[in-house]
Amino acid sequence: MATRSVTSRPSVGRILAWAYLAVIILVTLFPFYWILRTALSNNYALHTNPSSLLPVDFTWGAFKRALGLATVAEAQAEGGSGASVNTALYLRNSIVYAGVQTALVVFCSATAAYAFSRLRWRGRELVFSILLCALMVPAIFTLIPNFVTVKNLGLTNSFAGMILPGAFFSAFNIFFLRQFMLGLSSEVEEAATIDGAGPLRVFFRIVLPMCSAPIATLCLLTFINTWNDYFWPLMVTSDDSVRPLTLALAVFKQSSPNTAVDWAGLMAATLIAAAPMLLLFVVFGKRIVNSIGFTGIK
Amino acid sequence: MVTATQETTTLPVAPVATARRRRIRRGHLPLALLMITPAVIGFLVFFAYPTVQGVYYSFTDFHVLSAPNWVGLDNFRELLADDVFWRSLWVTVYFVLLSVFFGIVISLITAVIMHRLTRSTVIRGLILLPFLISGVVAAMTWSWMMDPGLGIINSLLVELTGHPLLFFGDSSLAVPSLAAISVWKSMGYNAILIFAGLQTIPGTIYEAGRVDGATEFQMFRRLTVPLLRNILVMVVILTVIGSFQVFDIVQVTTKGGPQNASLVLQMYIYNKAFTQFDFGYAATMSLALFAMLIAITFTQLKMTRAGESDLN
Repeated sequence: MATRSVTSRPSVGRILAWAYLAVIILVTLFPFYWILRTALSNNYALHTNPSSLLPVDFTWGAFKRALGLATVAEAQAEGGSGASVNTALYLRNSIVYAGVQTALVVFCSATAAYAFSRLRWRGRELVFSILLCALMVPAIFTLIPNFVTVKNLGLTNSFAGMILPGAFFSAFNIFFLRQFMLGLSSEVEEAATIDGAGPLRVFFRIVLPMCSAPIATLCLLTFINTWNDYFWPLMVTSDDSVRPLTLALAVFKQSSPNTAVDWAGLMAATLIAAAPMLLLFVVFGKRIVNSIGFTGIK
Repeated sequence: MVTATQETTTLPVAPVATARRRRIRRGHLPLALLMITPAVIGFLVFFAYPTVQGVYYSFTDFHVLSAPNWVGLDNFRELLADDVFWRSLWVTVYFVLLSVFFGIVISLITAVIMHRLTRSTVIRGLILLPFLISGVVAAMTWSWMMDPGLGIINSLLVELTGHPLLFFGDSSLAVPSLAAISVWKSMGYNAILIFAGLQTIPGTIYEAGRVDGATEFQMFRRLTVPLLRNILVMVVILTVIGSFQVFDIVQVTTKGGPQNASLVLQMYIYNKAFTQFDFGYAATMSLALFAMLIAITFTQLKMTRAGESDLN
């Protein structure tokens, strides 16, 4: 009885702590709710009731505008500009940019990590530590020269130009995977070697499958980072045909007139831009949370 | 050394395997080179070369269309005399201080409270959400919520105080507003890093503290914070480096205004390079930023002896 009251008594401190946590979660989540609430509102009606917690004059119109499905008359009736926003195209561009970049850089990092962990060769540690130096260089420093390189190659406004600089090398990815591969038991590998499998076969048939969990994590993190990337696409693209959604969103905001911003349409587009990340989060949330903890301890 | 002795002891047992291993060891070099080739090319072309190139550009007059023209230290002289640069450096430092201080304090408290109350991955996941969306989305959402006329925050402020605040239009509020967005976006990520650090602290240490009659707060100050030093230093360094390079939330909300009140360094560099096409001077400023980041990182590592841990 006595011990039970000690463990389950809701002390003042515990109540305050839960209250703090509740406030933090509320502040964290409220903006997401507010995006949804605004996106489902009629943009004209927003003026009449700016602090309503529910959508004002509920309508799907903002999503239709953001996806380019509304006619000009429909859009203007609900406070949209009527200008066409090709969200579907930007969405495709984002998927190509983030998808191809992720696939390439994770694969190249995996092969390099294998060479730096399971293969034995002279100079291995030296080359590895030189590559790690890249962690020290801030992105801004290499971005301007990289822009000049991409421009000289004639690749501005192309997927190749956007993807190339980050497609082959990521110091963090190599470090992360090497760390994991170093910890693999060598027994299975040796058994396969004795059975006559070459190291390349060992890599594809044994090491890659054994690393599927960290590889999946890296794919997630890289995809999220690339999807959210802003500065680099802003530098190398000026054409709608390759612009990713994140960038288009910012341009859309800057080009809309300050007097009558279509906030409902903007928030709908924002939600569409964030949706893939939120979806990944729902499916892989636990893995993302745990892998971030893991990168911290290493 | 250890592996070598282990191998000599296994040698008499399995001489065939060892011979094979030795042959393979010599034979790994070509394959290893093949496997690191993409990464090495990526490193050389898009990291090493641009780093050298960036240093070179900073000594040139370079406007993209014509070839760079060596001007020696001219850019650096211009930098020292450039009031806008010093102003933007100060704005950046102010932004960094606000983001680091509030970011670390709030995420530390959140992590410690989560650690004491719940192991729920769902709660940790929820506070991580802002980290997963782009800076553009975060900035857009907050600039809507902080909108002077229709934003929910100002609607509440008007009801409470009677007048709205121009978060991004007031030069004394612009940087704190940007810092608030940045803290909101990164708080969950930092809290999860710190939380992971807390999980590595053995519970027995706290039991010993409790036996000695320490209060919760004393244990937090005397046990948690010192034992978390490594993680805290890492989180501080990550936050400092990240905030020094803030760009997207500024570009979406204030574009550096009003009257350069929120013109952070990266924004200024971007303007120089892509609106005035002065790549040489932009490179000089990036070099200065790079030098500052390295100096800060090393100072922080030195001051806090981050390589050591009291746990082992």
